[in-house]
Amino acid sequence: MGSFFVLTVFTAFRFLNRNRLRSGLTTVGIIIGVGSVIAMVSIGEGAKFAIQAQVASMGTNMILILPGATSVGGVRGGSGGAVTLTVNDALDLQKKVPTLHETGWAKRDVMQIVYGNQNVNVPVNGISPTYLTIRDWSFTSGGPFTEGEMETTSRVALLGQTVVDNLFVPGEDPVGKMIRIRNVPFRIIGVLAPKGQSPTGNDQDDIIFIPFTTAERRVLGTQFLGSVGALFASTERPEDLPAAVEDIQRVLRDRHRLQPDQPDDFTIRTQVDIGKVQEGTGETLTIMMFSVASISLLVGGIGIMNILLVSVTERTREIGIRMAVGAKRRHILIQFLAEAMTLSMVGGLLGVGFGILGAQATTIVAGWPTIISFEAIMVAFLFSAAVGLIFGIYPANKAARLNPIDALRYE
Amino acid sequence: MTMSHLIACNNLSKTYRLGDIDVEALRGINLAIQPGEFIAIMGSSGSGKSTLMNILGCLDVPTAGSYCLNGRDIAHAEPDELAEIRSRTIGFVFQNFSLIPKTSALENVQLPLFYQGLSLREQRSRAQSALARVGLANREHHYPTQLSGGQQQRVAIARALVSAPSLLLADEPTGNLDTQSSQEIMDIFQSLNHTDGLTILVVTHEIDIAAYASRQIQMRDGCILSDQTSIGMGMRVS
Ligand SMILES: Nc1ncnc2c1ncn2[C@@H]1O[C@H](COP(=O)(O)OP(=O)(O)OP(=O)(O)O)[C@@H](O)[C@H]1O
Ligand SMILES: [Mg+2]
Repeated sequence: MGSFFVLTVFTAFRFLNRNRLRSGLTTVGIIIGVGSVIAMVSIGEGAKFAIQAQVASMGTNMILILPGATSVGGVRGGSGGAVTLTVNDALDLQKKVPTLHETGWAKRDVMQIVYGNQNVNVPVNGISPTYLTIRDWSFTSGGPFTEGEMETTSRVALLGQTVVDNLFVPGEDPVGKMIRIRNVPFRIIGVLAPKGQSPTGNDQDDIIFIPFTTAERRVLGTQFLGSVGALFASTERPEDLPAAVEDIQRVLRDRHRLQPDQPDDFTIRTQVDIGKVQEGTGETLTIMMFSVASISLLVGGIGIMNILLVSVTERTREIGIRMAVGAKRRHILIQFLAEAMTLSMVGGLLGVGFGILGAQATTIVAGWPTIISFEAIMVAFLFSAAVGLIFGIYPANKAARLNPIDALRYE
Repeated sequence: MTMSHLIACNNLSKTYRLGDIDVEALRGINLAIQPGEFIAIMGSSGSGKSTLMNILGCLDVPTAGSYCLNGRDIAHAEPDELAEIRSRTIGFVFQNFSLIPKTSALENVQLPLFYQGLSLREQRSRAQSALARVGLANREHHYPTQLSGGQQQRVAIARALVSAPSLLLADEPTGNLDTQSSQEIMDIFQSLNHTDGLTILVVTHEIDIAAYASRQIQMRDGCILSDQTSIGMGMRVS
């Protein structure tokens, strides 16, 4: 029986090769279907990977607590209004929530920065000593503030790469140089390693960090000492995040003396939430792409069925001869199924090729990251084989059910 | 009916239905054929010769009556059982050669063995000796369009022989051939009958073709008109 299958596939190839133009046109639908699946999955995977990398760049296991309530639409109300979060909130959380690894705080404002005759506007963040470790910042030169510099409201600053690029000539080491932030002179003691874009599209490297105490007393000003723009916290493990979020909510509601019927006057966010929004849009795109791909596969399958029906009619006499010399129904069935599947699998292979080319072209032309997924290739290829099988069954069965004598007499 | 009959037909009938009209192609055929016979079936056009051959060759089933081949009643066999019988015990030669187009002579001859599931090597060697038997050893890789009518018919005979059947059925095998090619074909049949003892049924309109056979059956209107066995085997004219 083994030789039967080998020869059947061989015969199928020969027949399709003989009708090359017809076979080629028939496979176009499958090529487009499989090709688009491969290209789209590659683009989708690339985007997902990039988002995950960006989310990770913001600091893993991070919890962000912002002042103001979350309204129904997810937009924070009261932001910039009543200051509801303080340094003491952070210190209390550190004490009362055991799953918290570290807590930090920051406040920010966009300030004018002057170096020599250069000047730029940059968000200046006054930060707690723990902030840099919670957000996973590292240094390309220099280093963080010391505890002493924090306590003594020292005028020292850390610069993001974008600020360095804007103020300094290439090759110049900013560490040790003086800049003026809102006319107050600061000494640069470190340059931060670049993080790139945030998931929301902000340049994370366009930033300056100064000690929180310095910020509130000398530069940013404050409504009252200890009021912060945001609190940051981190847990040891990602699994601890949900429990930590619950505890934080309870402690803060307690500290802010909120009645049970009052809404939170703060908003808690985790990296998981931020990543989800991004992946959500990715999923919509993927669903759309898969519908396009499945329609092409469907059209391709109908094309194969059509061409096979033509072929069965054209070769009715041949089928009769084959039956006269001893072919059983299943032999005829397998012969035509083999032709259908050869068509669809050749289309599938070409589709995989075009899909990979398409993904690489996207990377080159549009600069989007793409990841060629081996699983996607296997699934798409198996799908194309299945399309051949499913759409081949009807014509093949039609051929196999021919009456030998009618087939032989067919004109 | 004894078991020694290769073919035993009893009251065999075939009726085609064309709209409201019934066409009685065969009406109560009784026929017994022993192994090793060489039979010519003659009769005017439309007398039912092809219909009888198709039923004897298990390509079609009778409407009524019984047909025993090798002692087995196959009037009610399933399509796949009929295919199996065609594959093992029957070789067919048609008037219009019936080779598969764009397929070499050798591959055409291999076809019955291919469906028997034989190895490619065995298919090849048996097809080669069958082609040699009909004098076409040097035409193995020719396509049907590259062969003369007589050569195409010899390829068809090789294909009918390759599975070593016990019955060879030929429906007007020389109908499309000139006298020279017709004689070559009939010489091959005669040799197969004499040296291999193969049972052969040939439908023909020509007396001199029928003369090769040792038994002549005349048909008319779906019935057997006469059934004669010639005494002595050498009635050929040449
Ligand atoms: N498929 C069919 N449907 C309807 N009638 C048929 C069919 N096949 C044959 N017939 C009829 O059956 C009768 C016998 O036909 P058959 O082909 O057996 O004749 P034949 O003896 O072989 O004739 P010829 O010498 O012309 O080949 C004819 O009347 C023919 O019209
Ligand atoms: Mg006829």
